[in-house]
Amino acid sequence: MTGAQRRLRWLMLGPALAFVGLMIVFPLVYTLYLSFTDAFGAVNAEAGFAGLRNYADALGDGRRFWPAFWRTVVFTVGAVAVEAVLGLALAMLLRKAFRGVRWVRTVLIVPLLTAPVAIGVLWLLILDPTNGVANHLLTAIGLPRQAFLGSVSGSLPTLMAIDVWQWTPMMAILLLAGLSTLPTEPEEAALVDGASAWQRFRHVVLPMLLPALTAAVLLRTVDALKTFDLIYATKGAGGGSAFEAETLNVLAYGLTFDYQEYALASAVLVLFTVVIVGVVLVVRRRPGREAV
Amino acid sequence: MSAKSWLRGGAITVALLVLVLPVVWMVASAFKTNVQITDPGSWLVFTPTLENFGNVLSGGELPSSMLNSLIVGVTSTALSAVLAVPAAWAVGRFRLHGTGSLVLVARIVPAISLLVPWYYLFAQLGLVGSHAVLVLSHMFVSVPLILWVMISFFEGLPVELEEAAQIDGLTPFGTFLRIALPLAMPGIATACVLAFISSWNNFMFALILADEDTKTLPVTLFSFVSYAGTDWGGLMAAATITTLPALAVALLAQKHIVAGLTAGATKG
Repeated sequence: MTGAQRRLRWLMLGPALAFVGLMIVFPLVYTLYLSFTDAFGAVNAEAGFAGLRNYADALGDGRRFWPAFWRTVVFTVGAVAVEAVLGLALAMLLRKAFRGVRWVRTVLIVPLLTAPVAIGVLWLLILDPTNGVANHLLTAIGLPRQAFLGSVSGSLPTLMAIDVWQWTPMMAILLLAGLSTLPTEPEEAALVDGASAWQRFRHVVLPMLLPALTAAVLLRTVDALKTFDLIYATKGAGGGSAFEAETLNVLAYGLTFDYQEYALASAVLVLFTVVIVGVVLVVRRRPGREAV
Repeated sequence: MSAKSWLRGGAITVALLVLVLPVVWMVASAFKTNVQITDPGSWLVFTPTLENFGNVLSGGELPSSMLNSLIVGVTSTALSAVLAVPAAWAVGRFRLHGTGSLVLVARIVPAISLLVPWYYLFAQLGLVGSHAVLVLSHMFVSVPLILWVMISFFEGLPVELEEAAQIDGLTPFGTFLRIALPLAMPGIATACVLAFISSWNNFMFALILADEDTKTLPVTLFSFVSYAGTDWGGLMAAATITTLPALAVALLAQKHIVAGLTAGATKG
């Protein structure tokens, strides 16, 4: 590479890198710094050194931190697992071209391009405990009414179901793209050998699709861990009166902006970031490293 | 048709109904009165009314929020494209895949951990509550997004055309400007539509960084929930207004949008 090319390269890449870098490096360093102080109240208040106390407070908090941590795990693992299975099924159904397949793919992108806040209020209406259409349908077929988002125990499963509704199409689209890149010969060979449809899927298609599947799951996992708009729009600050839908992200938001506990919130965010990075590193050791 | 293809068609139909009916419900409810919305007798058959749209559009914050969303969305998308498209070309042509990790970091970090430092920084600069702050924060999402979509797009373009142009005496930058950029226009359009939608739908940044005059549409929609939770008609009209512009743009460019959504995510 000539010197001119090298200069051009940095000229073209530099501004974008500098922008993202500036927007992210200072915040990360500042959050790390805050997590070791006792900052509270005003953003620029004089803060003293607190050592590891915020981390000890967070990790010793069995009332909000640990429940939020486990809720985050349950929400993410549960929703993404269902999305992976349903998305894979949908992708296999849509794999072969048929009349109207373009229409189908158009409908698929509707939920994932709808504003999450709009999705939140939409499901608040549909799932309303007294007047929602969901409960009218349930009683019409003889099932008991559900409080859905209105109950403490039902909120998290309901939010997971909404997440599945919104993001299964994304999973299907990513897997369809993965399927379209696979060679067809192995499957044809298996067909000639007399393998059943399930055997062809299980032993031929699925192993070849694994990198794309891992990539799609990683992508969804990182976003599901950070779900905020939907929970905040439907359950409000703290994830409801009994914190029943409070995930780590919602907890960090509440500590920061509702309680002005900047130091404690920063410690929670540092721990949360470590969790996300850990998940990414573990999943990326498997095939499909181009994801996210 | 065989039993198998009927089964397949049935499964696809059910999946599509589940995906699209809630959104149809939202739009239909926006044209109903509050009585009709909760009355099973009027769920399917009703006389549409524009009253809800009239209410939310005539008074209050919705019209100005739409304008704010438009200003922030267009500006942040345009500026992001200016930064990210040349960068994506440089990455694609000069094989600089370390850049990918920066995109990765921007995607991994919880946005909440950026907000307090940003707020502090922008407050020092006297910028909190301005459109500029919202544009900058939305660009933080859009630049990596456009970069990512465009890297795979440039990698998909035949490099021979650019090499031929260089042999004919064009400088590397000239090759980018005269050869790669025109060829990349469909990709740039896709990336910009996706970036605009992500800005239009973004809730958290404006929730903290905007003030009364610069509130964007999702924040205003959310404030409807808190103080008018039972005005379902108005709420659904506002939700429809928030959703439809972005969705319409995306549906027009449907084929390209799917290509953009899957860019870079499927390479094993």
